[in-house]
Amino acid sequence: MKEIVIILFSAILVNNFVLSKFLGICPFLGVSKKLDSAVGMSIAVTFVMVMATAATWPVYYFILVPNNLTYLNTILFILIIAALVQLVEIILKKYIPSLHRALGVYLPLITTNCAVLGVTLLNIEESYRFVHAIINATGAGLGFMLAMVLFAGVRSKMANAVITKSFDGIPITLIAASIVSLAFMGFSGVIEGIFG
Amino acid sequence: MEQKKSKLSILTNGIIKENPTLVLVLGTCPTLAVSTMAINGIGMGIAATVVLVFSNILISLLKNIIPEKVRIPCYIVVIAGLVTVVQLFVQAYFQSIYEALGIFLPLIVVNCIILGRAEMFANKNSVIDSALDGLGMGLGFTLAVTFIGCIREFLGSGSVFGVQIHNIDPMSIFLLAPGGFFVFGSTIALVNRLTKGKGVKRKSFGCEGCPAAAACGHAQKAEGGCNA
Repeated sequence: MKEIVIILFSAILVNNFVLSKFLGICPFLGVSKKLDSAVGMSIAVTFVMVMATAATWPVYYFILVPNNLTYLNTILFILIIAALVQLVEIILKKYIPSLHRALGVYLPLITTNCAVLGVTLLNIEESYRFVHAIINATGAGLGFMLAMVLFAGVRSKMANAVITKSFDGIPITLIAASIVSLAFMGFSGVIEGIFG
Repeated sequence: MEQKKSKLSILTNGIIKENPTLVLVLGTCPTLAVSTMAINGIGMGIAATVVLVFSNILISLLKNIIPEKVRIPCYIVVIAGLVTVVQLFVQAYFQSIYEALGIFLPLIVVNCIILGRAEMFANKNSVIDSALDGLGMGLGFTLAVTFIGCIREFLGSGSVFGVQIHNIDPMSIFLLAPGGFFVFGSTIALVNRLTKGKGVKRKSFGCEGCPAAAACGHAQKAEGGCNA
């Protein structure tokens, strides 16, 4: 149990996917202008991350490892993720149209999101057990959401500021991200201190 | 690509005018993650360039065979196959680079630049033009990552390419995440400043630079978002 809590909170705070592992930077910078789209995108990412982990973990350990085909993991994982995203979209459209309206916009964008492929590959690299892998994926998704929501707040303040011309747009956004990421560095060591 | 362009301009387009990292701002994740040392930037850049050149060649060759509707999955399969080859090659011959790049080597698969060039250039142009475009874009990416890598390595550990330059206390914050964002942001600002008024079309974060834009379409109406 303690292990699960540690994995979950490290994934959310210490090893935050966006702010300390540099995964999923583009949606982080691209979709964080408004709070509601930031939340929608993060829910979709979290959902796909957990589903992708649940699908790729068994494939890796029950198909690739026994056949000595582990070098095929990249190509197989990206195909699984692409198929999964498509499947989720079709199912949502048919059975839960309200959820599809809310998340549908973001789903196609997620196929090639490196945070999703990243979490599946990292779970294999860390040789997590199945439950731990799912927890790690959930934590990574929640961490993504936390970063997105915080950053949407920062950007809404920034919209009214007067910015030097050469820094306007992308550069100032990156520098704001740098400061938010600096704040997240304060979490390092906290998890071991509390739960360790 | 409205009019016929010379081979040289296709090649230099990616290096200067439409530098994928600094002007189009694609592939931000690997740029930030591997630029802690200049040598890692070169390793990552070369790996991505090789994948980009071959994927552009293959997709240009296959452009008439791949059905329009399933082109994105087809491109992903081609790219993923090439990335696996490069990954095995780097693991066999450049063990230290393999370890330094870590997870970002397989993640070349989802690098925006590669899928973006397949979608925007290789499926409309001839094989030779596509190869040149891939080479130019790849070199542009390599130069940008190496440049950022030099700055971060110089400030963060006082060396460039592993050669000790100064002995002032290094600011190790530049090797960590905040320094990465800061140096990348400042570099783009510098490029903005230098190219001002030269007609470089500035792209904001949004769908126009995103390879998935054509595939999703409806995302354009909502707020844009690229992915990498």
